[in-house]
Amino acid sequence: MKLHRRYLTSVSGIVMRELLRFVHQRERFLAALVRPLLWLIVFAAGFRAALGLAIIPPYQTYISYEVYIVPGLIGMIQLFNGMQSSLSMVYDQEMGSMRVLLTAPLPRWYLLLCKLLAGVLVSLMQIATFLVMARIVGIDFAYTGSLAALPVMLLSGIMLGSLGLLISSVVRQLENFAGVMNFVIFPMFFMSSALYPIWKMRESSEWLARVCELNPFTHAIEAIRFAFYGQLNILSMSILVVCTLLFFGIACWSYDPARSFRAGRTAPA
Amino acid sequence: MPHSPPDKSTALDIRDLGFDYRAKAALDGFTLSMEAGELVILLGPNGAGKTTLFSLICGLFAPARGTIRINGFSLANRTDALAPLGVVFQAQTLDLDLSVQQNLQYFCALHGLPRAAARSRIDNALKRMDLHTRAHEKVRTLNGGHRRRVEIIRATLHEPSVLLLDEPTVGLDIPTRAELLEYVRELPQTQGCAVLWATHLIDEIRNTDRIAMLHAGNKHHDGVAQQLLADNQCADLPALMRSLNEAASNITSEGSKPQPGTSA
Repeated sequence: MKLHRRYLTSVSGIVMRELLRFVHQRERFLAALVRPLLWLIVFAAGFRAALGLAIIPPYQTYISYEVYIVPGLIGMIQLFNGMQSSLSMVYDQEMGSMRVLLTAPLPRWYLLLCKLLAGVLVSLMQIATFLVMARIVGIDFAYTGSLAALPVMLLSGIMLGSLGLLISSVVRQLENFAGVMNFVIFPMFFMSSALYPIWKMRESSEWLARVCELNPFTHAIEAIRFAFYGQLNILSMSILVVCTLLFFGIACWSYDPARSFRAGRTAPA
Repeated sequence: MPHSPPDKSTALDIRDLGFDYRAKAALDGFTLSMEAGELVILLGPNGAGKTTLFSLICGLFAPARGTIRINGFSLANRTDALAPLGVVFQAQTLDLDLSVQQNLQYFCALHGLPRAAARSRIDNALKRMDLHTRAHEKVRTLNGGHRRRVEIIRATLHEPSVLLLDEPTVGLDIPTRAELLEYVRELPQTQGCAVLWATHLIDEIRNTDRIAMLHAGNKHHDGVAQQLLADNQCADLPALMRSLNEAASNITSEGSKPQPGTSA
């Protein structure tokens, strides 16, 4: 079997499998969609009166709060999706299928990348549906920028998936989704520019604003936000690229299939 | 860096293999060599190290000591070493939400089989295993025996040189076990692959089978069952297994390490 063909067929096979699983698991799709829609329709509607937004780049005019948080909610979809799928790659929910994947005759980094990529493509479908729903409920967002934002969302998805893989591989205590949600997802989400601009955060707390600026999730959201408006945020894009490479590299290095056995749940005979 | 030309005469070559769990040796000094077309029964009680050995051979775990070569390729060269390897894991590894055909196609894609060739091989294999009418059913709807058949089909679709089966008949009824065993026993002749069948069930062994016996992470015996019967003056296989297990327990508890690859 030619090696280059194996690289191509395996990536298409892994993506196809993930899409088929996605189609078969409608409840997973609905759950992923309900969360950001609730934030958009309920939270943002209540919050818009409390938060006045000044005109900041990339916006050129006054925008409503609902419009502001759309990129943040796109990031939220990717954050939940990335953490969830990465956690299942390390722990035994998917251990069986991970064994089949990891015994394929290809470099491990490539197989993990394909798996992350497949997860990101699923999250992009969720995002597309979310944007359609946002349009239906009348949110005046820059929908025409979707194509320009696509490569950025692909990159941010891989960064968040890699981060999830890295955290799940390294931090032994985070072995269920509740732990990841409390100690990773919520802090990353709330300490970012997803829900409020950093200048607004700075009005309340300088150090929190600093933390927000250091959070790679902030830069993922900002890169997405600017891309939707056809602009390139060079700082955020650079941080996004560096973090993606860094997190993916460390995640591959630290990923150990023997770990779920060592955790004592399925000790090998 | 270029790899040295592989010696393909030996399908599977394991030397002085060792692996530790929490600083305790789960496998130590394991050596086994298998030729193409050979069937070896890896016999050992639960906890003997069979699954650890399989995880090492298929590259899931990294060995602490020793070497593994498949078709002459060291496992350090994953793309060449794992290409001719087929594995049936002890635990369930099929995707229950996908159909039989989708599961098999996924595996073919991982091994670089073109779509048309994959489809033809899948159709033929499903017919041979009498599963062709269920190709489009979700795996979730299949019983345990049928799922195992699908896993065996999957492990052989790429025509491997080495096939590993980790207790594939556990939990199955007797007729299904016999049927699967019969099918796998034919593979060394029909496909020419070396088959390593791990089990703790004595009734799966024939007198003419080569047995490698694993006990507490060490290989204690390696030979044809008939010869082991004669050497140990045992009337039948259950008596032989009792005798070998006792001998292995004594050696292990005395702390003296047996020489790998030797018969009792």
